[in-house]
Order: sequence, then structure tokens, then C-alpha cells
Amino acid sequence: MGGNYRYIGKQMPRMDAGAIVTGSALYLDDLKFQNLLHGKVLRSPYAHALITHVDKSKAEALPGVAAVLTWQDIPEWMGGTPRRLRVLDRKVRYVGDAVALVAAETEEIAEEALDLIDVEYEVLQPVLDIDSALKPGAPLVHEEYPGNIIPGGTKLLGPKCLKGLCTGDVAKGFSDADVIAEGTFGYENIPNALPAESVGAVAAWEDPDKVTVWGTSQAPYMDKVILSHVFNRAVQVRCIGSHVGGSFGTKITCWQIQTYAVLLSKATGRPVKVWLTKEEHLAAFTLRIGSRIQARVGMKNDGTITAIQGTWYVDSGYYSLTTQTQVAVGLGELMIMTQCPNWDLKTMIVATNRTASGCTRGFGGQELECSFMPLLSLAMEKAGLDPFEVLKKNYVRPGGGYFWRDGEWYQYGGIDFSKAMDAGAKQFGWKEKWKGWLTPSAVNGSKRRGIGVGVHGNADVGEDAAEAYVQLRHDGTATIFLCVAEHGTGQKSNYAKLVAEVLQIAPDRISMTPADSLVTPFEFGPVGSRGTYAIGSAVIAAAEAAKRKLFSLAAPKLGVDPGELETADGVVFARAHPEKSLKWRALGSDRTILGSGRFEPDFSLCNCLMSFVEVEVDTETGKVTLVRLVLATDVGQIMDPPGLEGQLNGCLGAAGVDSATFEETILSRSSGHILNANMIDYKWRTFAELPVIERVVLETPMPTHRFHGVGVGEVATSPGPSAVLMAVSNAVGTWLHEYPVTPARVLQALGKVAGGKGGGAR
Amino acid sequence: MATSQANRSTVQADRVRRVGFTVNGQYHQFVVGSGPNEVSPSHTLSWTLRNSLGLTGTKVSCDMGACGCCTVISDGKAVLSCKVLTVECDGKTIITIEGLKDRKTGALDPLQQAFIDHTAFQCGYCTPGMIMTARAFLNDNPRPTEEEIKEALSGNFCRCISHYQVIRAIMSVAEKGQ
Repeated sequence: MGGNYRYIGKQMPRMDAGAIVTGSALYLDDLKFQNLLHGKVLRSPYAHALITHVDKSKAEALPGVAAVLTWQDIPEWMGGTPRRLRVLDRKVRYVGDAVALVAAETEEIAEEALDLIDVEYEVLQPVLDIDSALKPGAPLVHEEYPGNIIPGGTKLLGPKCLKGLCTGDVAKGFSDADVIAEGTFGYENIPNALPAESVGAVAAWEDPDKVTVWGTSQAPYMDKVILSHVFNRAVQVRCIGSHVGGSFGTKITCWQIQTYAVLLSKATGRPVKVWLTKEEHLAAFTLRIGSRIQARVGMKNDGTITAIQGTWYVDSGYYSLTTQTQVAVGLGELMIMTQCPNWDLKTMIVATNRTASGCTRGFGGQELECSFMPLLSLAMEKAGLDPFEVLKKNYVRPGGGYFWRDGEWYQYGGIDFSKAMDAGAKQFGWKEKWKGWLTPSAVNGSKRRGIGVGVHGNADVGEDAAEAYVQLRHDGTATIFLCVAEHGTGQKSNYAKLVAEVLQIAPDRISMTPADSLVTPFEFGPVGSRGTYAIGSAVIAAAEAAKRKLFSLAAPKLGVDPGELETADGVVFARAHPEKSLKWRALGSDRTILGSGRFEPDFSLCNCLMSFVEVEVDTETGKVTLVRLVLATDVGQIMDPPGLEGQLNGCLGAAGVDSATFEETILSRSSGHILNANMIDYKWRTFAELPVIERVVLETPMPTHRFHGVGVGEVATSPGPSAVLMAVSNAVGTWLHEYPVTPARVLQALGKVAGGKGGGAR
Repeated sequence: MATSQANRSTVQADRVRRVGFTVNGQYHQFVVGSGPNEVSPSHTLSWTLRNSLGLTGTKVSCDMGACGCCTVISDGKAVLSCKVLTVECDGKTIITIEGLKDRKTGALDPLQQAFIDHTAFQCGYCTPGMIMTARAFLNDNPRPTEEEIKEALSGNFCRCISHYQVIRAIMSVAEKGQ
């Protein structure tokens, strides 16, 4: 039951709705720049090679070409974690790695110039999966990382950054267990979040040391922070965001593309735009981490999990900015859903010769959970337990806690989510449909139905610092200064609602600055599910600070104490004597009032999403149809009903649930080429094949900010894939442990076709 | 201005080839060539709309006819503007998302209003293509079933999964026969 608010929780048009439906909303590719050059990237045809010679003279001689840059022409700028990856290097490490950059008057001339660059390579043996990368004597992706193992931990998360879970006594835990399951399970189909808008950047360099970057990221201030480090903190960076055509986490790691534009602008003295084609977007931009767990789990017959021991292997591709953070957060998320006292879970980040991994919705937790759930399922089957009951029993609740990304233990301070889980199970009809493990819930000729369940939660709701300003003007309007680019969640409109509620003025009286790091204070950006609690808290604090200043100005004029004042609809009045009132206007048009707000990270709270899925398997063809999903959550307070619905329905796309049904990036494990780098061969769900989605959303007020809400957008995708695997296994009566459950894999599980790999790992 | 200007279309004089077509009620004529402000034989309609005419409401995502983002209405039919060459558009009447408003009153098309009312978008990048596909479809079939709407939109990619809200928005218009 949500609070009774004037604006919060009410459906109202998004601030940008008119612009979006009329085509006037401006995305980066829609912006016009004077004197613009177009940048293109020459990409490696080899997964692993040394560049032995480059002749760029023919390219440079082509009329219309302004610059051609190779690794020999650029400063010692490096990125990634650890920050050791050169922007252009003498070595190429995946098919598509950048060899040279060209800036030209038109895209066509730039492309023609790429063909005129002569490159000689010394081809090296690549390592294209975890196994070959870890073999003794395997070729090294990076000479400085022996064994292809990239160091864990990141300075960003502090000296104790979580690199593994080691607590309690696992030997005792296993001896207390009634059942033990073990094995190796992976989530390695590296699905692509694939936002509709590609990735790009425009950079305008000003000598000697300034640059402005227009990007496709939803978090321009973090672009500034990341780029400042890449440029050795020797360049003043300003970053500006536009409308973002979907991100799903991915676009916060655009630093390489942005740096290409910066280098070309620096070399030419003109603004340069680098815009990835869809093929580049699919084959040369970041992908999900690959995840594999080799572990064992002990469980009592009552569903108590007693011990977890093993290693989580993470395929990071050739490099990453975010993998160490994803490992840290993923471990914490596993602890939130698995309140086990005894852990010995190590991690290993492995470099392979494929495109880099990056941030993707689910951020480590989805990948780990998708690997872990098949193992937990084996234990639950051995113990003959209903997975819904086990997941509910082991989810964090008051009195519990978890290690989080900074390596600290957090006592959980939130609500009990079991009420939401029960409501979801009831809506789904779980108890009626559950017939036991590896047992279909219904059989109709060759069609069999099965059900599955998954759960996920994330303490990222309060992660990272947030800052905002709110400015009041005499005309009864307000402006929010905030470095958030709208990427689809509708959060910018929600921030207007929060300010509207604090100031009691209509949301259409509130505007927002562009997401421009020169104009706004620091903001980490709308990533994870931090938008509602973390960013929302900063916005609320800024509005409250502005309101306090307003009252301190009005109080002497009204002859009352500021504490006695209220404001609504642009009028300040005394609470007990409403006739004592003053319009904002009376403060004068020569004055503005500025309040600032800051949020400090808080990891004591998490969100929760439980997904129930029902699939139908055609045992003749092997086709899996996702029939129905029920998503159950408690969000404390709904901010915007249709926005929440959209975020929850988003569970299907963005490398979410459909990464279990059919989505996969098909990487040639012999040459390193991505074989489906286009939107015809990379499959996506169409309107013609929509499952039924039902949402069960409770509103138990949470100890977050004054409106008691918590974000849930990011985790919508996470519990679904493993639930699909469980459902299909139950439908066909035998375990399926590989994502996605292609017809070939289903028929193989049914013994109808011979073995062999049916999916992406070939 | 709104009428098709067939009599002013392709003029072959002095071996200068021209291509002319109407966009959102306004007639445009280009010289075919490789110079500035000319239409290259390799230019797609989406390129010309966005770069020559500044109509950036038409979005390009896959640029290979797979995703429907760039859909516009050409002579009443929904077409993928990334798969149509501009030189093929001679004499055509084209409507883009910018031309959907009522030109006299400025009122939004009922579909545009319905997309606002139902929040039938998240990131909004696929929205212009969705609306144009739906507009052409409803013009031919003003009272479709939900299944027919799904079929009509099955070539339109949306990664945020706003499909359910889009269907509701289109159904709300279809029920009024608009």
C-alpha cells in the first residue's frame, strides 16, 4: 500500500513524451556540428596478432582525409581495470580490435581510406575460451598477466574489494548437510544487450588541454571521470549527454570510442564523430561476461543451505573496465539470495581473445546466479524440495546480512520480501502446477509444459554517491541540475515528480538541465537500480535545501519562524495561519534560490525480484515457447506505474530471459569471429511471440528516502534465465544445463538427435 | 503543397538527372550526383531524410532492413527507409514522424497521443518506426484484432520491451476506428 501523494505513484506523461512521439527528441546521431569530420576504425581480422608494419601513406594521400593514426602516433593513454590497456596497441587481441583511426570529410572517404592502409601482421595463436586460456603454456593475451589471469579487485571499490567469499567453516557445513551436489555449470552464451541505438561519440578538442565529448552514455559525469583517468588527469574533460536509445548498462563503458574521437579531434583541430555501425556494435563493443562455476553445495533436508565451496571463473574477453566490480557485486548478490553461513568461493578472471566484456544489465549477479542455480537445483532435487520454498527460505531477511562489494559485512536493514514471493506464487498458481523435479506440469500429446522459478536481489539500490541541485525561481518554477541522460527508464520524469512533491508544485513547472558535466554536480549515473533511492535521495535533499532557503527568506517578511512555514503552488504560508502567505514572486525576479543535495552510499538495503515461468516444449521439434511469466516484487512505493511496468516487462530483452530461450552471440572458437553480428542472425523477440507477463508489485514502505521507494529495474532480467532452464528440464524430464535451450539441445536431451554442441560454444 | 507533384518529377535536361518527391507535404527536388547538396545514387532514403532534409525523427538502427526503426510511409505503405534508395523515390509521397501532426491544427495524430497516454515507449528510439508502421497499418485496417496488430508490428525491434504498452496504445486507437 503506497503513500497518499499528490504526484508520486500517479500515472502522468513522461516529460519527454511529446518529443519522443513526434521525432523531435534528440539522440547523439541527430545533433549537428559545424565543421565536423567523420572517424572510422580499421579493425583487426585476427583474434591475436602483432602489428609488424603499417603503411598509411596511401590513406593519408586520399583527398578528404584529415588524419590517420596508429599506435605509433598517440600518447600513452590507457584504460580498463587495471588501467593498463593502451587505446591503440602494437598488439591486437580480438577480431575487430582497433588497428588505426581515420578522420575524413565524409564517412565514405573515411571508409575508403581504411582500405588504403597496409598492415602486416604476425599472427599469434588465440585463446578463445576459458579452458584454452588456462592451459599451461597457453599464449598470453597480455604479457603482463601470466596464465591469462587478470588481477581481481579494483581501487574503485577500496582496498578490501570483494574478490571471493570466505566465511564460516565449510568442512563443518558439508558435514552438517543431508545432501551435497557438485558440478560445473556455465552461462557462456555472451548474449548482447543490444540497444536499438548504436554507440558513438563526438569530440571537440581545444588546445592545449581541453576537450568536450558528446556521448551516448546515460552517465556523462562518469564518462568525464573515466576519460580524465585515461588522459592521465592532464586534460580538462567536459561530457554532455543526449537522449540515449537504450543502454541496459552497456553504454557507461564507451571510453574507447570516446577516446578515438578525442584522438582524432586532437590531431585535426576539428570536431570528430565516431559512430559504430551495427556490425561493430555487435562484434566490437562490449558483451556480457562469460560465467562458469565449478562448485559444490551442501543442503539440509529442510532446505537450509549449509556450505558453498568452489571457484567462479569469469571470461572477461580481452579486457574490461568493469569485470572486477561485477565480480564483487555478483558475489554479494549471490549472498543476498543464498543466506548460507559457510562459504569458500574463489574467483578467477580470465582473459580470452574475444571482444571486451563490459557492464550489462544484471552486472555480475545475473551471470553468477545463472551458473549457480543449476547446481542448487541438483541439491534441491536430491533433497526432494520445492524450489520456491527453498529460494524463499534462503533469501535475506531482517536479521540477515551479506558481504558487499567493498568487502564489508552489512546487516540487512530492509523489509521481508517473502510476502511478495508468496503473492507471486499465488498469482502464478505455483502450488497447483508444481509436480516435482523433472516432472512436467502438464502433457498434451507431444507438447509438455514445465515451470521454474528464480530470485534475485541487489544492494546496488544505494550504491555510489549522488549529487543534485534544485533551483527555485520567483515565477514558481524549479530547475533540477542533474547529470542523468534519459535512457528509457523515465527516471528524469520521476525526479521531477519527487521535486514536485517536496515543493508542492506541478511537475510541468519543473525543468531539468542537460546532462552536462560543466553545469551539474557529480553524479554516478542511472545504473543498476540506484536511480530511485540513491539519485532520488540527492534530488529530494536538494529540493528540501532549496525549500529551507525559501522559508528563511520568507519568514521575516511574514513575521513567523521558518519552521512554521509550508509551500504549495508557488505560495509560502504559515501552517497554522494560512492567511499569512507570500507568493514566491514576492521574493523578486532578481533572485534565484539554490539548494544542493548529496547522497552517501548505503548498502544495507536491497531489492528483490522473483520470476515464475511456464514453458511449453514441443518434443517433436524441440522448440521451447515461453508461455507465461509472473514477476513478483516489493518496491516500497511505486513512483510511476507505467514506467515500472516497462522496466519489469524489460525482463525479456536486453540479454535477459531470452538469453535462456534463444539469444546467443555465436563466437567461432577456431577463428574468433563473431558469426551473427547483425540483427537478422542475432535473434530477438518479436511482437508475434509475446508471452503473457503478469506483475505482482507490493508497496511496503522501505527505510530509504522520505517517499520510501526502491528501484527494481535492473534486476528484472536476472532471475529469468535460470528459471527457464529449470522449467524446460522439468518439462522434458531430464536436465538441460546449457544456455540457451535451442531445439538442438532439447532434442539431444530427449535422445532424439546425437550429441554435439548445439549452441554458441563451437 | 500537399499534392503529389508528378508533373515536376524527374527532369532530364542537359543530362542532369533530378529526383523529386514530396515529404510531409513539401516538394523537394535534388540533382543526382556526388557534389554537395546532391543525392548520390547510393544514398538511402533514410540518409537523405536525416542528412539532407534534417528530418532526424526517422531513426536508423540496423541499417539493413531488420529492425523497422527507420519506417516511413511512402505512397501509403510502410517502407524501411534504409532499404530504399533516394533515387527510387521519384514522384513518391512520403510521410515521416515529423509529418504526422495535423498540418492545420497542429494536433497530434491519435496514435501519437495514444503512445503518450499509454507510455508506450521507454528509450524511444524505435518509437517513430513503431508509430509509422502502425499508422500505415491502421489506415488500411482501421479495426484490427490484437493478433493482427502483433503481426503488423512483428518487423519492429524494441529492446526495452514496450511491446505490451504499444499494443494497448494501438488498440485504443483502433477501437475508435482512428
